Amino acid sequence: MQFLQSPWPWYVAGPLIGLFAPLLLWLGNRLFGVSSNLRHLCAAIAPRGLAYLSYDWRREGGWNLAFVLGIVIGGVLAGAVFANPEPVAIAASTRATLASLGIHDLTGLVPRELFSWSSLATARGWIAIVGGGFLVGFGTAYAGGCTSGHGISGVANLEAPSFIALAGFFAGGLLGTFVLLPLVLGMR
Amino acid sequence: MTHAETRDDVERAEDTYEWRSTPRTSAPAPGLWAYLLAGTLFGIVLTKGEAISWFRIQEMFRFQGFHMFGIFATALPTAIVGVQLLKRRWRRTLGGDTIVVPPKHLGSGVRYAAGGTTFGLGWALTGACPGPLFALLGSGVGTMAVAIASAMLGTWTYARVRRSLPH
Repeated sequence: MQFLQSPWPWYVAGPLIGLFAPLLLWLGNRLFGVSSNLRHLCAAIAPRGLAYLSYDWRREGGWNLAFVLGIVIGGVLAGAVFANPEPVAIAASTRATLASLGIHDLTGLVPRELFSWSSLATARGWIAIVGGGFLVGFGTAYAGGCTSGHGISGVANLEAPSFIALAGFFAGGLLGTFVLLPLVLGMR
Repeated sequence: MTHAETRDDVERAEDTYEWRSTPRTSAPAPGLWAYLLAGTLFGIVLTKGEAISWFRIQEMFRFQGFHMFGIFATALPTAIVGVQLLKRRWRRTLGGDTIVVPPKHLGSGVRYAAGGTTFGLGWALTGACPGPLFALLGSGVGTMAVAIASAMLGTWTYARVRRSLPH
């Protein structure tokens, strides 16, 4: 049981993650990328005559929506059924930094203080969940891909746009971590 | 194309790189179940590898631990070797089609820098990129459903205003 619950080291997870770009290419000439699904879902629910959302989403995105449904199932299995009961083994320096920002509970996959339902009623929870989600959806659509589509697929195909996007991901992440997050966590 | 692109170029470019049209297959293509299974395995790897952990993402952006960098440093060479071998050596999909990876359209590059930075800000706040949003929902973080809905609204907003954005 403990064997199924413990997290995997980077040298196991990393190579496995890298296999999905060639795997999907081999399965059916599919480009590995998760953020397209946000577009497919919008096209399915509210295309509203917008050119960007007017296409046959079942035909172009059916396989990818099945893939993302699989990700949810994978999350159920690995994150709920066989969840790691121990607090995450992050660096002591990160623990100290997060504690100084008011994040103390390191069990689970996200800080409960920030991602609980009651937190949604606070400014900091609302900005992290609703604001953060919006930036992810807008940014990936604008950039034409996310960590998987650009960071793995595009880089694996040695594409200049994906290297630019990857640099942008990190620039935004650093700005978010060192500027935005301390402000947001300081709110009530 | 090096000169200033027209809006039509943007439209056309999207047809060729964000996904391809469903290919005609010479042998039966794997059904949706194959992608469902692949997605399940991906969700398990993301979750067990803690790539969906908000804490691990913080550790990464603060350069305080090697875990996430180790994941990227091993995932990228694996993906590069796999994709390049498929393209240059094996050349065929499971169904027997020629493997084609259409190049991304560089344009001015602004969309990649600006869009990428915008996404990065959201990544730091939620601790999740699109894949992890869905894996976290599965693992029982209910508020991720709200984050996903908000991400869809973000994508929809992009669809609405993209004409006035530089690409």
